[in-house]
Formats: sequence, C-alpha cells, structure tokens
Amino acid sequence: MFGVGQVVRTMRIRAVVVVGVAALLGLGACEQGKGDGPAPYSSTYAPLPSQSVLLQGATVLTGSGERLEGADVALSDGRISAVGMELDTRTADVVDAQGLWITPGVIDVHSHLGVYPAPSVAAHSDGNEATDPNTAEVWAEHSVWTQDPGFATALAGGVTSLQVLPGSANLFGGRSVTLKNVPGRSVMDMKFPGAPYGLKMACGENPKRVYGRRSRAPSTRMGNVAAYRAAWIEADEYRRKATGAKPGQGKPPKRNLQLETLAGALDGEILVHNHCYRADEMLVMLEIAKEFGYRITAFHHAVEAYKIADQLREHGTCAAIWADWYGFKMEAFDGIRENAAILDRAGACTVIHSDSATGIQRLNQESAKVMGAAARVGIEIPPERAITWITANAAKALGIEAQTGTLEVGKMGDVTVWDGNPFSVYTKVVKVYIDGALAYDRDDPGGNPVTDFSLGTAARHGGAL
Amino acid sequence: MGIWLLAVCAAHAQTIAITDATVHTVGPAGTIEGATVLVEGDRIVAVGADVAVPAGAQVVDGSGKIVTPGLFSPVGALGLSEVGAVTGTNDAIQQGVQFAAGFDVAHGFNPRSLVVAISRMDGVTHAGITPQSGGASSQVFSGLGSVVDLGGAADAFLTRGAVVVANLGVRGSALAGDSRAAAVQVLRAALRDALDYRDNKTAHERGERRAYSVSQTDLDTLLRVLDGSVALMFNVNRASDIEGVLELAGDFSIRAIVLGGAEAWMVADRLAAAQVPVIVDGINNLPTNFDRLNARLDSASLLVAAGVRVAFGAAAQTHDARLITQSAGNAVANGLSWHQALQAITLAPAAVWGIDDQVGSIEAGKMANLVIWDDDPLEITSYPEQTYIRGVPVPMHSRQTLLRDRYLQIDSALPPAYRAPANPDPVPRFR
Repeated sequence: MFGVGQVVRTMRIRAVVVVGVAALLGLGACEQGKGDGPAPYSSTYAPLPSQSVLLQGATVLTGSGERLEGADVALSDGRISAVGMELDTRTADVVDAQGLWITPGVIDVHSHLGVYPAPSVAAHSDGNEATDPNTAEVWAEHSVWTQDPGFATALAGGVTSLQVLPGSANLFGGRSVTLKNVPGRSVMDMKFPGAPYGLKMACGENPKRVYGRRSRAPSTRMGNVAAYRAAWIEADEYRRKATGAKPGQGKPPKRNLQLETLAGALDGEILVHNHCYRADEMLVMLEIAKEFGYRITAFHHAVEAYKIADQLREHGTCAAIWADWYGFKMEAFDGIRENAAILDRAGACTVIHSDSATGIQRLNQESAKVMGAAARVGIEIPPERAITWITANAAKALGIEAQTGTLEVGKMGDVTVWDGNPFSVYTKVVKVYIDGALAYDRDDPGGNPVTDFSLGTAARHGGAL
Repeated sequence: MGIWLLAVCAAHAQTIAITDATVHTVGPAGTIEGATVLVEGDRIVAVGADVAVPAGAQVVDGSGKIVTPGLFSPVGALGLSEVGAVTGTNDAIQQGVQFAAGFDVAHGFNPRSLVVAISRMDGVTHAGITPQSGGASSQVFSGLGSVVDLGGAADAFLTRGAVVVANLGVRGSALAGDSRAAAVQVLRAALRDALDYRDNKTAHERGERRAYSVSQTDLDTLLRVLDGSVALMFNVNRASDIEGVLELAGDFSIRAIVLGGAEAWMVADRLAAAQVPVIVDGINNLPTNFDRLNARLDSASLLVAAGVRVAFGAAAQTHDARLITQSAGNAVANGLSWHQALQAITLAPAAVWGIDDQVGSIEAGKMANLVIWDDDPLEITSYPEQTYIRGVPVPMHSRQTLLRDRYLQIDSALPPAYRAPANPDPVPRFR
C-alpha cells in the first residue's frame, strides 16, 4: 500500500481519492518511515539520462487504435512531447526512422522475472510462499532479484514495464509489484512510480493440489471458494474497525499485513489479479467479488475467457491470456488461439501476457499468432488493434494507463522502435526508450545493460542482446 | 463401415496435382515458381514447372500459394501425451525400473490423439516421439524413440526404435546421484556391458559371465546402438558435456545426436567434423541453469555456419510441436538463411533420424507429406490451407476449431451445448 507522501508526489489523481485503510490507520509516510523522506519500500526509480529526440518518418502505432504513416514521435523531458507529421526538428536529436515502426513500450502484466529468475536453481525459487493458502501478507518485490538476466532479454524484446507476481500455489499469493524495466541495485530502483499494487489470487487446480496433497484445506474447488470467503469476511471486519477508529475514539486494530493487503483490495486501492482458467470458475469468482464488494481487475491465463467474453465486458474485467498455450493441465484443455480475438471483438479488455521469461521477449509474436488464427475465421485484426493488447490494455490492467501504454502527449516517454511490422517473425526491436531515455539500442550492443550474473558469458554478445 | 472403407481406399488411390504454386522442394531442385507437384497414392511422383497433369487427376489450384514439405517435429511426445498434468494420459515417461535404454514409447502411441489432429492442421506431418526423463526413478537412459506420421492411422511408423535417448549434464546428474560424472560412468558401463554381452552371449546365457548393470532388454537395445543401427541422442547443453559426448561417441563408434545443445555453438567445429547433428530449441536464450550460461538466440545460425546439421525442437515439445515454424522464423531474424531454416524443420530432422530417403523434401519417390500455405510458412500469421499426409488431405479441423466455432457467436438463445458443430466428425479416422 502506498505511503501517502509517495502518492502525492507521483500521482495527483490518486492522491485525491486515497482514503483507504493505510491513510486512516495513520500508516502514511511519517508514521511508517519514522522520519522525513519517502516511505519504506517506495519507489526510488529515477529515469536514465535522456535528451530530446525526434524519431522521424516511421509507421506509428499509437496504442490508441491509430496507425500513422511517415509520422514523427518526439520525446523531451522524459515525456512524449508530440506525435504527428513533420514535427519541428530544431531542438532535438533527429533519428531517421523511415522504414521503422514505433509503438508504445510493451507492457507485460504477468511476469515472474526476479522471483523465479534464471538460473532457476532451488536457491532462486522465491515466487511461491507455499506454506499457507493465504499469504496475502507477502510482497513479490521482496523476492525480486534485480540481477535476473531475464530483465535484460525482456528489454531487448521491447518491454518497458512489467508486473511481477507471486506464483499461484496459494489462494491469496501476495502483493504484486509493477516495475519499470530498468536495471536497479534494489527493487525500489525499479518500482513504477505511483503504480497501484496488485493482489495475486489463484483459482482452480494449483491451490487445491498444493494443499490437498498435504491433507489440508483446500483440496477441492469448493474448498477454495470457502477459504476466499472466510478471508474476505475477516478483511472486511478489519477494514470496518480501521475506518471506524477515529483519533481519540476507540482503538484501531493491531496492524496486520495480511488483512491490510486484503482490505486494500476491498478499498479498490490494490488491484485484484486473479489466476483462473475455466469459464465457469471465473463466473464464480465474479460472484465472490460481488458478495464482498470488490472488483476483479483482470483474470490471468483465462484460457476459457472466450466462452464468457460478454460477461467479462459487462464486469469491466480484463482477460490477460497467452496466445496459444493449451493442454498442459486439465484446466487448460480448452485453450484456443482465437481466445483473444473473440474477447476483443466482444469489446472485452484483452491483454496478451507472457508468464514466461522467453515469452516476454516476443509478446508481439504471441499477438501475431492470434491475428493469424483470427483471419482464418474472418476476424481481421490490424496491427494498430493488436498492439493495444500488449500496451494500452496492459496499462489499463495495471492501473497505469494515465502514465503509459499509448503515445499520447504528456505520457511517459516509453517507446519501442522496431525494424519492421512488429507482428512479423523477422522483426526485431532496434531501440527502447524508457521515460525518454535510450535504454536499449541494437545498433550499439556495447551500451546495453548486462546483469552482474551475465558478466563473462555469451549473453553479453549473443542474439539476446 | 463398408462405404467408409471404400472412400478411404479411393482417397488412397487418388492422383493429385497441385498446380502453379511456389514450391520449396528443399531438394536439389530448390525453389520452383509456377510448379506442379504430382502425387500418386502416397508418393510424390513428379515436381517441376513442366510436369504434365494426367487425365483424371484431382487438380488443386496452387496459384499464389506456397508448397513445402510437411514439417517434422524431431522430438517430443505427440500421441504419447494428451494433457500434461493429467495422470494416465502421459506415456513418454516411465517411473518404474523395468527398462531403461529398452523402454519403447512406440507401444503407447495414439494416432487419434487430439494433439496429433491439432498439430497436423498447423503443418506438422510427422514427428519424432521420444521418451522423456522425469520422476525419481528415471534413469540416465530414457529409452527408444520412433518417428510417426500424424495421419491418424495405426500404421504410422516411419521408423521404429531408431534412437535411444540418454541424459547427461545437469539432467543426467539428477538421475545418477547428483553428479554428471556418475551419469557418464553409468552410460559407459552399460555400453561396456553390452560389448561384453555381444562377445560372450553363449557364456552369458550359461550364467558364466559377470552380472550386467542393465536388463536383457536394455542389452539388446544397446547392441543396436553399438552396431550403428540405432543412434544415441544425448540430452545435453554444456559445452564440456558435449565434448564428453564426442569422446564417448568416438570411443564406442556410435552415432551421436545432441538434443538441447545450448552451448553447442562453442564446439561447433568439432561437432561438424564428427558429423554430429544438433536439435536446438531456437528460442530459449536464457541461462536457466548452469549448463546454459552461454545460451544465445543466434546459436542455430552459428552452428549451421560451422557446417553442423541443425533441426529445431525441444525435448518437452508436444502441444507446442507446431511452433517449430516460430523457432525457424526467429532463427532467420538472428542470422540463419530462410532456406536453411526451412531445411531445419523438414529435411534436417529427417536426416537426423536417418529417414531422409523417405521424407523431408519434395522429390519424386518420397512420401507425399506436403503443406499448402497461404503465405510464408515461417511467418507467424501464416497458416496451412491444406496438409497432406501420405498423399491424403487431412481434415483441417480439430477439437480446438470445434470449440472456436461453438463460441464464435455467444449471443445464442440456447446454451452452448446445444450448438451442433458444423463438422460432425471431430476426430476423423480418415484413412
């Protein structure tokens, strides 16, 4: 949950609406930090050095649904300062972008980089606190190893922001964190300023398998649901006690990290990201949300989302999905490549995610798989539409759409430049700008980030970078 | 049933001419524009720009289309695994200790697997089916692999028991007391036992030889490895372990195949000199373990440049067998030529399995495993318009397309279960 000071500094809109448990419990910057300066764990992200740049003459997919030909994109002071034809070149470094394609920086809403890093040795297995079905108290950021080589390869795939989630062993896996994909000595150096936290929930096979085989609850889907409801009842009570406590009257409840996170979700400050595969099960989860008055921001994986596209549209719940994973477990049996196309056509918020350190490097190709499959059944998805699945819609699912995800003027200068149509297998990322700074440049491999772990290996020179 | 069989026979006997197409033969004829591919029965009988179409042939207009050989997924569990995490639907892994090298997954192959139907729709016409290691009681030898076509018939085998899969490196280590050195010793001891058995069969049967480290079934299998009729496929990634494979292959005069080979590019010259082919993943560029510290995205290109035969595939590739085109396309983006990439998913894997006289290219006499594409087959958005296996057009639908068609329109008054599929034959046995 935010320290209040951080919220004010980075995100004006949120500062107005934040009246949640943390604020009411007096857990703002001063109390938590015991002194001046930012609250503990808050973002220390500082953009890389940048100068004004004008990318000239490209095919531009804005992320807002438009495709511009021969257009320019200008970045200055870390922001997108202009998009259009024949922009003023006088105050910026001009980059000839003829033949190149420019899109918003790619955003992955489902990553385990850092918490399940490479090498995936047991000592690095930090993504599932699989010791209790409810570990809402853990924060994924406290597992993130910033030296995971996967961050650098994801950058080479055009990824500028990502959400790192706890795994799906638990019903409540803990808090997620949204990162800017820049190298950091600490996770705080990477935290996306002002991004809301997420709460990772998981339905279905994983929790009931993990705990059922230990002969404890949950061992069934109905056991899953009973445990969610019990936790929400407790969180609701905690929240009411907290909001009922006024200075000088009554005693606020003792601070409880688990309930604090759940209460934040009930308040809508923490976004619910729900791992769930089956259509029938997603509809049950929406009932639980109705019972306790919270919103499910996104179902993740959602391989059967296409069966309930209308319902997802009505609830305003995003489906963050793979293009074509299927068959690896029972609840993934009905996966089809047209999932995203059917959702998108129905007007549901559609996001292509990776959940994979290799997949995150080519979310553009994953989207292309859907485009091809959709075309076979007469659903034409042009590039300017498909790009929204890995940019604008992803930003919406993370609650950062006011800052990034499209090339609208004033947004963060998060931009990916490709050497052709991003939905071709032959296309590569040539430049990545994060907050207006050149974070990756294929033409200058020596200038690209190399994690400590990768020093002295071929990843320094290899196809990845 | 009688009518059905008749139809099947008719399909078999058919002569098909795919005309006026861009044909990538992957054979000596290279790429031919405006070409005709002539198929009689299950064989290709002619390909070229000047091929006459015989009277009575079924003509398929290929104008504006691309024709390639059927794709060959070189390893994985197609027809052996239906749902990954569902017990009872996975037959590529055995947890017992009855067999090691002699464990023959072919006995479990299901030509009617839903995954087979999905894969062939995407252009995969035949596949290596290989045992996988997994579980506490797996062994350094995983067992025998075969090649099947994906036509859906029981007589699917193009070659049976043609490789033995063995695990060295970090995987072998886990199977041999947590030391990769022990894994090599287990392997060498088994091969030495097989040599001893070969030279002393009579004495062994009389009980006059020492006890062997492996079972009779395994000995019989390893004899075939030692006489060169079966290749040994090593699941291995680290450069030093690959060097160990080359040494072992030399010591025992066996045919070696490297599966994985993340660091194979570092010893590419030696692999080329020893004519050891490599099956690479093509996309996994991360150091997911210490055997893969030098993994890189352009390794296929480096290997081919050094003269190594490369095929795209991954040990656990089953439901994703259809993604070999994506691996090949990404390799092109990272330095491999387009034609080399196509070869790496057609002819090269056929050569790895020793069946390049049967499949892998469009040449007269070869099996008519073909794909007609709407566009560049390595491009993500391209799709097969028609796949042919042994000269028979396969149904271009699967359980996935049935689901798709059921839910394309969801605003029906009736629940989805009442929506009848357009095609009533979801798992066709079409030959």
